Amino acid sequence: MPFDIYDFSSFTGWIDASLRAAMSPFWTIFTEFVLLGVAFLAFYAVVGLLLVYAERRVCAFMQCRVGPNRVGPWGLFQTVADLIKLLFKELIHIKKADKILFNLAPFIVIIASFFALAAIPFAKGLHAVDLNIGLFYVMAVSSVGVVGILLAGWSSNSKYSLIGAMRSGAQIISYELSVGLSLLVIVVLAGTLQLSEIVELQRDGWFLFKGHLPAVIAFIIFLIASTAEINRGPFDLAEAESELTAGFHTEYSGIKFAFFFLAEYMNMFIVASIAATVFLGGWMPLHIGSWDGFNHIMDYIPPFVWYAGKTAVIIYIIMLFKWTFPRLRIDQLLTLEWKYLLPINLFNILLMAFLVLMGWHF
Amino acid sequence: MDIMFYIFSTIILVFSVLTVTSRKILRAATYLLFVLIATAGLYFLLNYQFIAAIQLTLYAGGIVVLIIFSILLTSHISQSFEPVGKLKTIASGLASVAGALLTLTVLLEHEFTASTKPPVDVNMESIGLSLLSYERDGFVLPFEVISVLLLAAMIGAIVIAKKSEEKVTNQENNKSL
Repeated sequence: MPFDIYDFSSFTGWIDASLRAAMSPFWTIFTEFVLLGVAFLAFYAVVGLLLVYAERRVCAFMQCRVGPNRVGPWGLFQTVADLIKLLFKELIHIKKADKILFNLAPFIVIIASFFALAAIPFAKGLHAVDLNIGLFYVMAVSSVGVVGILLAGWSSNSKYSLIGAMRSGAQIISYELSVGLSLLVIVVLAGTLQLSEIVELQRDGWFLFKGHLPAVIAFIIFLIASTAEINRGPFDLAEAESELTAGFHTEYSGIKFAFFFLAEYMNMFIVASIAATVFLGGWMPLHIGSWDGFNHIMDYIPPFVWYAGKTAVIIYIIMLFKWTFPRLRIDQLLTLEWKYLLPINLFNILLMAFLVLMGWHF
Repeated sequence: MDIMFYIFSTIILVFSVLTVTSRKILRAATYLLFVLIATAGLYFLLNYQFIAAIQLTLYAGGIVVLIIFSILLTSHISQSFEPVGKLKTIASGLASVAGALLTLTVLLEHEFTASTKPPVDVNMESIGLSLLSYERDGFVLPFEVISVLLLAAMIGAIVIAKKSEEKVTNQENNKSL
């Protein structure tokens, strides 16, 4: 069994070859699908739990508290206990809700985040589907998740839910634009949409540094807009505990609520992965131009550690946003997008196209 | 991979029927979403990833979200359509059967010959180049015409949404009164 932490393609290739030797092509593909599905499900659960724990610790750190510290070492099992509690909770029936849509909505939200997870390169050779149009695909499927939120709000038959859903709809539709345009700046620089190629192109330096000023502007805009797109504070008007109880998921309980909760954290993880892949080189180690000795030392750290580290840093930044800034009003939110971010973004793309045409980038 | 084709086609057929027969408008919109996503799945099956992603962003993420959004603004959960009358059911059933027969006869009569040309590599670069090329097989004219159309639609939407000066001042007067 070849196992190389620097390049997983030999490992996945070995799995494929040994399955092919054991059974017919149809069952090989079927088994691989099942294996992949189980792997992603497990990954989803583990990352979700870790992120909830991290959020509580970061929140506590910002508020000069300790945070969860009783269950297990450093309170690590607190979220596991919480999850078990959520699983056992009663599912409250809403009599006047639209039953089908009410039950369907959490699944749409969670499936949309699964779609996006498929295209993310975790390490060399650890990449479920390497689509020709990877980045575009991620943007496309992440726009489906809002349907679940809208359905949840409407089918609950509650005014809080409906207002929450309307807010989140307006918010996601407008901020999707900025997310797309800020990624487009890097696509102009890279000249490709394929995520594996985008990572490969950052072998001699991350796009954040290679693209000069426009790339930095795009990175900042991406951070702001994606925080808004995943409905997190300071853009969490859709939930706004103080005014809407819990926004679009007010009427949900037990495991269905857990689905929304988990999907929110997974969306944060996906957004951070995209930022890490597109701006910070994904699993590519930190390389500086022609410093061969330095680059060689950096190569000793396995790619998935680089990937996880970069993603964790961005997740930390997004969490700091939530616990630092006060919540925006809906008009402030829309003004920020349409009057500031969008014009800056459009100008930024022009600037980047000019830079690329003149060949001023590294 | 035939099995995937059958799965997607079943989803498309079942949910298309449900879309038109459902009496709750938001349910119909959701079923429409499934139809559109399954269609994107068919495109992925054909290895035409670009058009599949376009299908997802434009139809599933754009149009269906707008439809749902406008339903949220205008309709209440207790509303549902009246059941359709018998005459209408029979008439529309006949019309759809006639349409299906016509399509089927044309499809079965036509002799499909597999192309012997080598498969074209559909990457973003060639799509972009042919979209903006003004030579043979270029699409720059439709591209520009569509952008003018979109601009006109945007200006129209702004004009409709913008309140006229008079109305605004009237409302302000009313408020102050």
